[in-house]
Amino acid sequence: MRLIRDLGAWLDRRLQLGTPLKEAAEHRVPRSSASWFYVFGSGALALFVTQIVTGICLALVYVPSAGEAYRSLLVLDAEQPLGWFLRAMHGWGSNFMVALVLVHMVQVFLFGAFKYPRELTWIVGVLLLVVTLGMAFTGQVLRFDQDAYWGLGILTSIAGRVPMVGGQLVQVILGGPIIAGETLTRFFALHVFVIPGLLIGFVGLHLLMVLKLGVNEWPMPGRLVRRETYDAEYARLVEKDGVPFFPVAFRKDLVFSGLLVLAVVACAAIFGPFGPSGEPDPTIIQTVPRPDFFFLWIFSVAALLPPWMETAVLLVGPVVGILALLALPLVSGEGEKSWRRRPVAVLTVILAGVAWGTLTHLGKTAPWSPVMDAWSALPVPEKLLASATPVQRQGGLVFQLKQCRNCHALGDQGGRRGPALDDVATRLTHDQLIRQVLQGGGNMPAYGTNLSPAETTALVAFLETLRPGHVPPARDSSKSVASEAVAPAAGTH
Amino acid sequence: MSSTGAPTRRGFLLKLGIALNALAAALVAAPIVGYLLSPGRRKRMASALSWVALAETDTFPEGQTRMATYRNPFTRPWDGATADIACWVRRVPGGDFQVFAVNCAHLGCPVRWFAPSGLFLCPCHGGAYYADGSRASGPPPRGLFRYEHKVENGRLWIRAGMMPTLGHVEASLGTSKPEGAPCA
Repeated sequence: MRLIRDLGAWLDRRLQLGTPLKEAAEHRVPRSSASWFYVFGSGALALFVTQIVTGICLALVYVPSAGEAYRSLLVLDAEQPLGWFLRAMHGWGSNFMVALVLVHMVQVFLFGAFKYPRELTWIVGVLLLVVTLGMAFTGQVLRFDQDAYWGLGILTSIAGRVPMVGGQLVQVILGGPIIAGETLTRFFALHVFVIPGLLIGFVGLHLLMVLKLGVNEWPMPGRLVRRETYDAEYARLVEKDGVPFFPVAFRKDLVFSGLLVLAVVACAAIFGPFGPSGEPDPTIIQTVPRPDFFFLWIFSVAALLPPWMETAVLLVGPVVGILALLALPLVSGEGEKSWRRRPVAVLTVILAGVAWGTLTHLGKTAPWSPVMDAWSALPVPEKLLASATPVQRQGGLVFQLKQCRNCHALGDQGGRRGPALDDVATRLTHDQLIRQVLQGGGNMPAYGTNLSPAETTALVAFLETLRPGHVPPARDSSKSVASEAVAPAAGTH
Repeated sequence: MSSTGAPTRRGFLLKLGIALNALAAALVAAPIVGYLLSPGRRKRMASALSWVALAETDTFPEGQTRMATYRNPFTRPWDGATADIACWVRRVPGGDFQVFAVNCAHLGCPVRWFAPSGLFLCPCHGGAYYADGSRASGPPPRGLFRYEHKVENGRLWIRAGMMPTLGHVEASLGTSKPEGAPCA
C-alpha cells in the first residue's frame, strides 16, 4: 500500500497532474444539472471510446483492398475467433453513437444550453455530429459489400450533379475513374486516420469548454439569459447551490454509460454483425442496394422529391441545414432557455422527428421500388379468374408476362410503385384503360410499342373485371348516350 | 526585444525563421494538394477512356438486349472484381448497336432489363427506361448513359473507362445522347 502511495507521489512530483485533475473532477456544477437528462453526452463519449477499441481490433484483420476486403470480412465473421462479435460491437456501437449524439443534441437544444456563453460549445457539437455521421458513412463503405459499392455510386451520382466541377469532384472522391481499388483506400484513410483525428480533437475542445464554462443549469421558465448578468448569476448559483461534479453528477453518468455499453454488448451478442451483403462485384446486378439505417431518410428524399428540385435540394439542403445549426446560437444566444416557453423550438424538434421517422419508415418499405420478381413469383389471385372468360384469362396472362405486377399490386401483393389495381375498373373506363396502357403517363411508361392489339384487348378485358362486386364500373358520363358507338371505336387503336 | 522597430539581430532571426517555415509549408502543401486532387486532373480524366472489345458481334442476336461485361481499362492490381464492369448491349433490328451503362441516370444504381415489357427498371427509386434507353418514368432526369461504340473485325468495341454520372457525360462517354420519350 505504501509502495503504491510512494510511486504515486513520485509520478506526481514529475507529472504534476494530480491537482489539476482533482480540481477538474471536483469542479462545482449546479445541483440541478446532476440530472438523468444530462447523461447523454458522456454516454456518447463512452461509446466513442468503445468504438476506438473495437475499431483497432478490426483493423488487425481487415484488409483495406478492393480485391480482398470482402473476403477479410467473411474471415472475421466465420474464422477469426470472436471476429463476428467485434464486428457486431463496432456496427451496433456505431448506431448507438449516432443515436446518442442526436439525443444529446435535442436535449441541449430544448434546454437552451447553446445560449450565452456556450455558443462555441454548441458549434463544436454540430461539427461533432457531422464527423460522427462521416464515420458512419465511411464505415459503411469499409463494410465493402454490394450496399457499399452502390452506396458509393449514389454518393458520386450526387457529387456529379455539382455545377462546373462535378466531374472532377467524382474523380477525387473515387480516387480514379471508377469505384475500385483506390476508392476503398481513400475511405479507409478517412475512416481510420482523418475523421477519428478530427473527432478526438473536437471532443477535447468540447469537453474543455464544458469544464471552463460550467454545465448548463436546469432552465427555469422566465429566467432569461443576458450577456451582462449571466456569468455573475451562474457563479452565484454554483456557489449557493452547487455540488462537486465528482461524485455527485458523475454517478449518473457512470450508471448510464455502463448501461449503454451493456446494451451494445447485448445487441451485438443477440443480433450479430451487420452484413456483409453480396460480394462487391459490379457485374452482379441482381441487387437491391439500401443505405444503413441513419441514411435511409436521404434514400427516401431522393425517391420522393420532384425531379426538377432534386439536384438543388440534395446539394444545397445539407449545407443549409448545417449552416442553420451552426448559426443557431449566434442568432438566438440570449433570452428564454426553458422549452416550456419556447413553443417554436419544441415544434421544430417534433416536426424534425416526425419527418425523420416517416422518411425512415418509408425508406424501409420503399414503396417506390418495383418488386423485381413479382411478375414471375406471385400468381394472379385465383378468385379474380374464377368466372373469367377466355379473353379475360388471356389478359391475366398478359398482365403477368408484361411484368405489370412489378409495379402494381393485386390482392395486396406486388409492387407499389403504381396504384394497386384491385378496383381499377371503378376508377377508369374502358377507353381510359386503353389510353393509360398504351400511352402511359402519370409516372407510368407507355406500352404502345410493346403490346400487340390482341394483347391490349385481352389486358384491358382483364383489367375491366377488377372491381368489387358491389361497386359499379367507372362510367364516362359525357359519353353515356353514345357509349355503344364509342366502345368499338376504341378497340381499333 | 526591439519594440521601436530598429532592426536587431534577434528580430531578423525571428523573421527569417517565419519566412523559412512559410516556404517549407508551401513546398510541403503544394505536392500534397496535387497528390490528393490528381484523380480529378483533366489530363488524367481524358486518358481514362479507351476502346475495349466486348465480344463477337454475332453473340448479340438482333432485336435483343443482353448484358456484357468488360475489364475496366484503367486498373490497379488490387481492384479485384470491382474493375469488372457490366453494360447493356442492344442490337437494334437491322444490325446497329446501342450500348448502355448499367448505372441509372438518377443515382447510379444498376438497372435491370425486363425483356417481356421492354423496360429497364431501377431497383432503388423505380426509374424506368424504354428499350432504346430513353427515359420512361420515375426520377431519372434523362435517358440511360450510352457508350460510344464501333464494330471492327467482327467484334463490338466500346469506349469505356469512367463511371458515368451527370457531372461529365461528355467526358465519361465521349458523346452526349438525347433523352425524350417516343410518342405513343
